[in-house]
Amino acid sequence: MQFTSWAFLLFLAVLLPVYYLVPKRMQWIVLLLFDALFVCAAGTLGAVFMLVTIGTVYGAARWIDALFFRQRSRIAAMKQTHTKEERKRERLRFEAKRRRVLIGCLVVNVGILFALKYGAAIGRLSATLFHTRAFGSELMLTMGISFYTFSTVGYLIDVYRETIPAEKNPFRLALFVSFFPLLVQGPICRFLDLKNDLFTPHAFSDERFLKGSLRIAWGYWKKLIVADRLLVAVKALCARPDVYRGGVVLLEMLLYAACLYADFTGGIDITIGIGEWLGIGIPENFRRPYFSKGIAEYWRRWHITLGEWFRTYVYYPLSVSKPMRALSTKLRRLGTGVSRRVPVYLATMLVWALTGAWHGSNPTFLVWGLLNGAVILLSEECKPLYARFHRRFPRLTKSAFYRGFTVIRTVLLLSSLRLLDCYSTVGDAFSAFGSMFTTWNWNLVLFGGIQSLGLKWTDYLVAGAGVLLMFAVSMLQRKGPVRERILRRGPVIGVCAILLLVGTVLVFGRYGFGFDAGQFIYNRF
Amino acid sequence: MEPLLEILHDLHPDTDFTRETRLLDDGILVSFDIVMLVTRIEEEYGVLIPAKAITPEHFNSATALYALIRTLLEQDD
Amino acid sequence: MKRTVRTIIGITLALAVFFGALYALTRLVAPKYAETAVEGRLVREYYDEQTPHDVLLLGDCEVFSNFSPVTLYREYGVTSCIRGSAQQLVWQSYYLLEDTLKTETPKVVVYNVLALKYAKPQSEAYNRMTLDGMRWGKAKIGAIQASMTDGEDFLSYVFPLLRFHDRWTELTKEDFRYWFKNAGPVSYKGYLMRTEVRPATETPIPKPLEDPHLPETSMAWLRKMAKLCEQNGIELVLIKSPSIEPYWYPEWDADVRAFADAHGLRYENMIENNAAGIDMQTDTCDMGQHLNVTGAEKLSRWFGKELQDAYGLKDHRGEAAFDADYGALTARYEAEKQEGN
Repeated sequence: MQFTSWAFLLFLAVLLPVYYLVPKRMQWIVLLLFDALFVCAAGTLGAVFMLVTIGTVYGAARWIDALFFRQRSRIAAMKQTHTKEERKRERLRFEAKRRRVLIGCLVVNVGILFALKYGAAIGRLSATLFHTRAFGSELMLTMGISFYTFSTVGYLIDVYRETIPAEKNPFRLALFVSFFPLLVQGPICRFLDLKNDLFTPHAFSDERFLKGSLRIAWGYWKKLIVADRLLVAVKALCARPDVYRGGVVLLEMLLYAACLYADFTGGIDITIGIGEWLGIGIPENFRRPYFSKGIAEYWRRWHITLGEWFRTYVYYPLSVSKPMRALSTKLRRLGTGVSRRVPVYLATMLVWALTGAWHGSNPTFLVWGLLNGAVILLSEECKPLYARFHRRFPRLTKSAFYRGFTVIRTVLLLSSLRLLDCYSTVGDAFSAFGSMFTTWNWNLVLFGGIQSLGLKWTDYLVAGAGVLLMFAVSMLQRKGPVRERILRRGPVIGVCAILLLVGTVLVFGRYGFGFDAGQFIYNRF
Repeated sequence: MEPLLEILHDLHPDTDFTRETRLLDDGILVSFDIVMLVTRIEEEYGVLIPAKAITPEHFNSATALYALIRTLLEQDD
Repeated sequence: MKRTVRTIIGITLALAVFFGALYALTRLVAPKYAETAVEGRLVREYYDEQTPHDVLLLGDCEVFSNFSPVTLYREYGVTSCIRGSAQQLVWQSYYLLEDTLKTETPKVVVYNVLALKYAKPQSEAYNRMTLDGMRWGKAKIGAIQASMTDGEDFLSYVFPLLRFHDRWTELTKEDFRYWFKNAGPVSYKGYLMRTEVRPATETPIPKPLEDPHLPETSMAWLRKMAKLCEQNGIELVLIKSPSIEPYWYPEWDADVRAFADAHGLRYENMIENNAAGIDMQTDTCDMGQHLNVTGAEKLSRWFGKELQDAYGLKDHRGEAAFDADYGALTARYEAEKQEGN
């Protein structure tokens, strides 16, 4: 089910009254039942995979918990009878056992994700290599698997680290894994963030309902008016890398930047709004990312939960792991500069390779990830240089002009990297990027070129107005949440704002017969 | 505590680490700094901060970080 | 307390303005069919009818272009109307019959069989032209559900704004002129007049048929139609009107004839039996696809006699209500005919 389908709106319209009419302690069960419906509607195969994940992770977490318990009672019992050495050995034995359980469970779940993501790609590859029929192409990516697999793996590692105890009720864990708003395009949540809200009773609050509605309406607005409209032009541009070159590529980058932002943040707005309807706080996934002054900052403000997940469960563990420390120590004779950098560099590049791979099986994503990592490391190395520049020209670098420059620079840099997401081959992406500097065809961009991309001039007008509004909202947000400022003026103003958004979506949205009901771009992950 | 403050000062000369209490939450310390910090602490104090301890709770202020190092040192004994 | 009341009033007001604006917008962006594709107005115009009808003609353009109710009345006093629209599919004709039966029961229903060749909905635009004009009821719901092409949804028939919202980019003067009123009548009891003459110069060469039979789905709808007529004591007459383009295959003709024989119905193929004396050199406005007004009157003169003889239809001439209704209609009819000649 897509957010932009009548079926989904109907689903919500049924869920909400049921959720608030049943006895409060039954609410989470209602939610679980609707999740089951949601997942099954997307395909029974997906439901099977999800059940496997719930089952294995539930079991592994309980097992790890039991091992902790047994270890403690065992070591307490050994206190009188055994030496410290023996006790330590016993502790290590338990630790190794826990690690085996963890790794076994990770292999199963990450394996499913990998198989589904890469199954088709590997099938195609082997078909070309061995001239056999492509297999695996019928294994479509099931909905939300990248998101819930990460959330669930995070839960398991948290149990393994004793950050949280294992959940004893398998149905509660099932609700966390299958919570439907998160299945469409994330965010990736941690069990400890959600569990209070998921399982405590919620009374209906009209204030919260209004707040959620405003957020949802804004999400649909961004998605249907801006994203789905621009997507038409972006798709047309990406489909013909041989034709659209030079200045058109810059246009494509900017259109895609606006489109992706509207699509992804719009989807998250809807998700968080639905959470508010249900009384469940879902973490923010964006903090005005296009206002970042550098690429590393951007990645702390765009798709926040994914970045945090990678930092918590991959980057830190990897960079402080024993082999990494050993390597660092070994390299100390090459100078502290080298030895201190190696863990950072290796971990950064690995995390970015994984981030790229998470986004898609196409090699372009891997290159995209590695380039992101490389640019981040490079800008980190340039920091002393920047510091010198700042000291030298304090008045310039403190000016609004300079801040604006760094923001635009970051947007352009990230948009350039995103070209890898647009084209199907790495070569096309680089060639398109290069053509910006070699092909001078601004007349095509400015006069007539954009008319042939499947959009009318009115579409550009509407999308342009939409982008302006999104920008204005972001500017206002710097001084505090816009939503709260609207709602503070009273429920009538709130209702008016919602109706205005809904009305404009109904007229200017791209939906209905003749328009392809666009999927959220991030849904395929 | 002194060596720790020195390491922190090396990373961010402009920050007053005796006063900041939201180092991680406010993004003063970013992921590079953390790993660099862990490396330097290992060199200086001979303790390895485990990944699960890398949380705002332990990294938001120099005092908290120092407390973590003390606990880890004691555990080792 | 006072605040709550104020809030409730405020929200009610906001909602009223919202829905009012949506209604106005819906009216604005809905196609008016005022100057182009005027066929889109035919189905709705039926509901403006003042007098009942003894004969109901159902079908596609081969009825609304080829038969003139004015002639039928003038010559024989037979009261009739046409419920046909562009490429009207057999199930749409069935549901229009159901819809008609809610308010009147004709004595004879004439169905033109050309559309039986379509087993599936063909075009969203034609669906809209046929369905949007229908009044709401069980029949309309059934017609919509039977007609939707891929990608259409039922809700957009309930709220046409969902379908036509993008038309704000192509609004014309006509959309504003007919914002809150219907464009004046375009038909004469469902008959759309064409006055020009474009002779048929060549005989159509048929492509070989893939399947020699009419699709079973359409025949099933025809069976339903026959049953509905029988239940209501209506005589059903099947016709293939004399248009020679698109080609009417002998194989299809045999299917319809077999059906008519099995159900004891009359079937008249007016290409084969040209008793009306249609001449495709003078009587067609587009090389044999549709008849012009000369052709339609010629055909109606012959067909009216046939109907009256076979089913003993009453001559309503001289009854005040009918004379008044048809008098005004005929005046407009003759004026348009004059203008065209």
